[in-house]
Amino acid sequence: MDVKKIFKLRAGYQDLLIPFLSIITSLVIGAIIIYASGANVYAAYKGLWQGSFGNARTIAETFVSTTPYILTGLAVAFGFRCGLFNIGAEGQLYAGALAAAYIGYAWRGLPHFIHLPIAIIAGIIAGGIWGAIPGYLKAKTGAHEVINTIMMNHIMIRLTDYLVKNPMLDPKASVPRTAYILKSAYLPKIFPGFRLHWGFILAIIAIFLIYYILFKTKVGFEIRTVGLNQDAARYAGMNISKNFVLAMAISGGLAGLAGAGEVLGLNYNLPAAFVSGFGFDAIAIALLAKSNPFAVFPSAMLWAALRNGAGLMQVRAKISIDLVNIIQAFVIMFIAAPNIVRYLYRIRAEREKAGVLLTKGWGQ
Amino acid sequence: MSKDNHMSEEILSLKGVVKSFPGVLANDHIDFSLKKGEIHTLLGENGAGKTTLMNILYGLYTPDEGEIFIDGQKVIIHSPADALSHGIGMVHQHFMLIPNMSVCENIILGNESKKRGLIDEEQATGRIETLSEKYKFSLNPGDMVKDLPIGMQQKVEILKALYREATVLILDEPTAVLTPQESEELFEILRSLKDEGKSIIFISHKLKEVLEISDIITVLRDGKAIGSVRPDQTDEGHLANMMVGREVILKVHKEKMHKGKPVLEVNDLTVFDRRGVSVVNGINFNVHSGEIYGVAGVQGNGQTELVEALTGLLPFVSGEVIIDGAKIEGDNPREVFERGTAHIPEDRHKYGLVLPYPIRDNLVLCSYYHKPFSKRLALNFPVIIEKSSKLLKEFDIKASSILDITETLSGGNQQKTVVARELGREVKLLIAAQPTRGLDVGSIEYIHKKIVETRDAGCAVLLVSSELDEILSLSDTIGVIYKGQIVKTLSSEEATKEQLGLLMAGILEKT
Ligand SMILES: Nc1ncnc2c1ncn2[C@@H]1O[C@H](COP(=O)(O)OP(=O)(O)O)[C@@H](O)[C@H]1O
Ligand SMILES: [Mg+2]
Repeated sequence: MDVKKIFKLRAGYQDLLIPFLSIITSLVIGAIIIYASGANVYAAYKGLWQGSFGNARTIAETFVSTTPYILTGLAVAFGFRCGLFNIGAEGQLYAGALAAAYIGYAWRGLPHFIHLPIAIIAGIIAGGIWGAIPGYLKAKTGAHEVINTIMMNHIMIRLTDYLVKNPMLDPKASVPRTAYILKSAYLPKIFPGFRLHWGFILAIIAIFLIYYILFKTKVGFEIRTVGLNQDAARYAGMNISKNFVLAMAISGGLAGLAGAGEVLGLNYNLPAAFVSGFGFDAIAIALLAKSNPFAVFPSAMLWAALRNGAGLMQVRAKISIDLVNIIQAFVIMFIAAPNIVRYLYRIRAEREKAGVLLTKGWGQ
Repeated sequence: MSKDNHMSEEILSLKGVVKSFPGVLANDHIDFSLKKGEIHTLLGENGAGKTTLMNILYGLYTPDEGEIFIDGQKVIIHSPADALSHGIGMVHQHFMLIPNMSVCENIILGNESKKRGLIDEEQATGRIETLSEKYKFSLNPGDMVKDLPIGMQQKVEILKALYREATVLILDEPTAVLTPQESEELFEILRSLKDEGKSIIFISHKLKEVLEISDIITVLRDGKAIGSVRPDQTDEGHLANMMVGREVILKVHKEKMHKGKPVLEVNDLTVFDRRGVSVVNGINFNVHSGEIYGVAGVQGNGQTELVEALTGLLPFVSGEVIIDGAKIEGDNPREVFERGTAHIPEDRHKYGLVLPYPIRDNLVLCSYYHKPFSKRLALNFPVIIEKSSKLLKEFDIKASSILDITETLSGGNQQKTVVARELGREVKLLIAAQPTRGLDVGSIEYIHKKIVETRDAGCAVLLVSSELDEILSLSDTIGVIYKGQIVKTLSSEEATKEQLGLLMAGILEKT
């Protein structure tokens, strides 16, 4: 795979510089806020570091959180490539978790090598369907996917709550949750003694697979063409509606896989108190990665580190955990805000270098 | 034109300016000098380096080498603000206005005069009104820019420079976006500015207007200044030679037509535009193999929708279209493509190209899905690369490689990319809409040659153009379209410009 070429093609020097600078800048602003609140900046950041990369266990935990971030980040990025703003990764993740949990505890008597794949695929399909619905609505009625994916989130999160507390409730449990999945549906751990599971490997495979689909297949070519210029896609004989539905289905499938991974590799059941938030952070992750599948990895890792390190940071410097959220918010603001705005209002991106913009014109 | 009033003092000069971009030498030791009260034209094909040179003068680029003198003093211009402080104003090829702001706000932006910390809009409005009146701009400072037609927006840009008291005005291809009437108006304004002693650098690649408006013309080619001539010492042919660097055939050469069987048959076709208005009203015509059928008409008589319907972009309301003997369903671009139809679309940025793609991907934009360009689900890159490299060479697209981003190509090379894709395979029918709009002389010549070659190879060609000269020089048969119908068909030998003009205006009777 000509990874290098793709990076050269799509990631200019500024594409790397700007995210880097915005991370640094937000850490600096975070430092100022910590200082202003009377806490020790050094202790806080040391806590953040140790909480995310301090020892083997925290590193493994960071990768545990990186896993769903990669998958949901890829989901949102894939939607972006087709010109779609999938805010619904959260709901799609829930759909995947629900389906995987159900298969995991209800289908008995299957060997591991059959039960686990079925549970995973069920998660992907459930997420895919949940994504495809707003895709279909957009294709057929023009209804904006942002509104519909948000609505689909609400529906799925409530639906999960209802199902887990009613038909799927494990009556023996002290808190509302589904029954435990069977051992035959477990995603195995990668290293004994650590919670890091094979979902991480699946996420890495997904990165390569999504890269391959986007840049090496007909489907990917169509999806990217639709994302960049719908008129040209139509001119070239591509079916725009089909691509909208397909892109949303694949996007939803990735988020569904994230949900399945959380259930099959980590929780082994689906509690009513299941809160992920991954699907929302994923929007920032995809933006930070500029929708490049490979860049989703470091971007997801950053989010995971911030999420995991926050606890120790709070303890060490006695500051509020909200501060980490503030830092995250700044990272998003610096890199993504202009992109979000441009995207939502379909404003053509202007070139960073004034010259290119100036010379690019009618008849030039 | 008075050529001898106060035009002796040199107010600005560039000496030995060099500017390179990765892979291109955009400006190669260019000398340029501007005198007070003159209109000095920079003429050159797209990509010759005109905009680059002006961006250097305006402080947007730093030259690699070379010096700038203003009033005999050597200066270094770091930014547009610097340029303005030296009295240089620029109207860019692409306007730099903010659509959601008023004319007044746009003009004062970055140059607000303040009263107790607040923008003194009243004073600004007053000044804008005075200026607007003086130059007959008829601009209303309160109007929103987004509501103004392009021609007016351009005036806002000019006024913006005048408001900042520019004495040297740079206009980068101002007429590219204007109608002939608007261009005339612009020229009036330029003349009155000149009479007032302002100096103007006018950029264009259109020969006729350059001869009309300039006091002196400097020709750039491939980043070099080829020479300067006065309009009374030259003519279109000579300028074209200087621009392109070789003898340019402004006239199209073509052999006698060998007309074959009909390839495109259009019977009683009715098409609605996107608002549901009937714009093609039961049109009838045939195009035969070996024939160029030119559709002449004033813009807005259904040409655009006719082409879109024939190429599958708009559905038929009624009537039938037969391509190569078989009826087509319509509303399906791929169906038309698979019948061996090539389509050069009117709007190449909208339909013809995906600008952020490398050239390679645009060259297979329509054929990517079938063998040998893909195998089952995967794209077959070795074949795609081989084919696109071949097309790049064959159609003389100027780019460093097939991986160059299409957006960075000049308009002419972008259009060549479209033409290469469409004609780089076996075709029976070519539908070309406004194929040379906005292109430079060299590219126009090239595309005309290709269209004639296609016809000589036995293809049927439907040419739609609003350039009457283009229709007359290329077509074998001319159909005049008026209100969505062909009102007259005539052979190009018998057609005259005057007669076509009258038919296009709906004045001559149907026959
Ligand atoms: N910002 C830029 N980066 C890279 N190449 C550029 C840039 N601006 C212009 N060029 C290249 O420099 C050459 C001259 O361009 P330009 O000055 O825009 O020509 P003109 O205005 O005469 O059409 C072209 O080959 C163009 O592709
Ligand atoms: Mg230019």
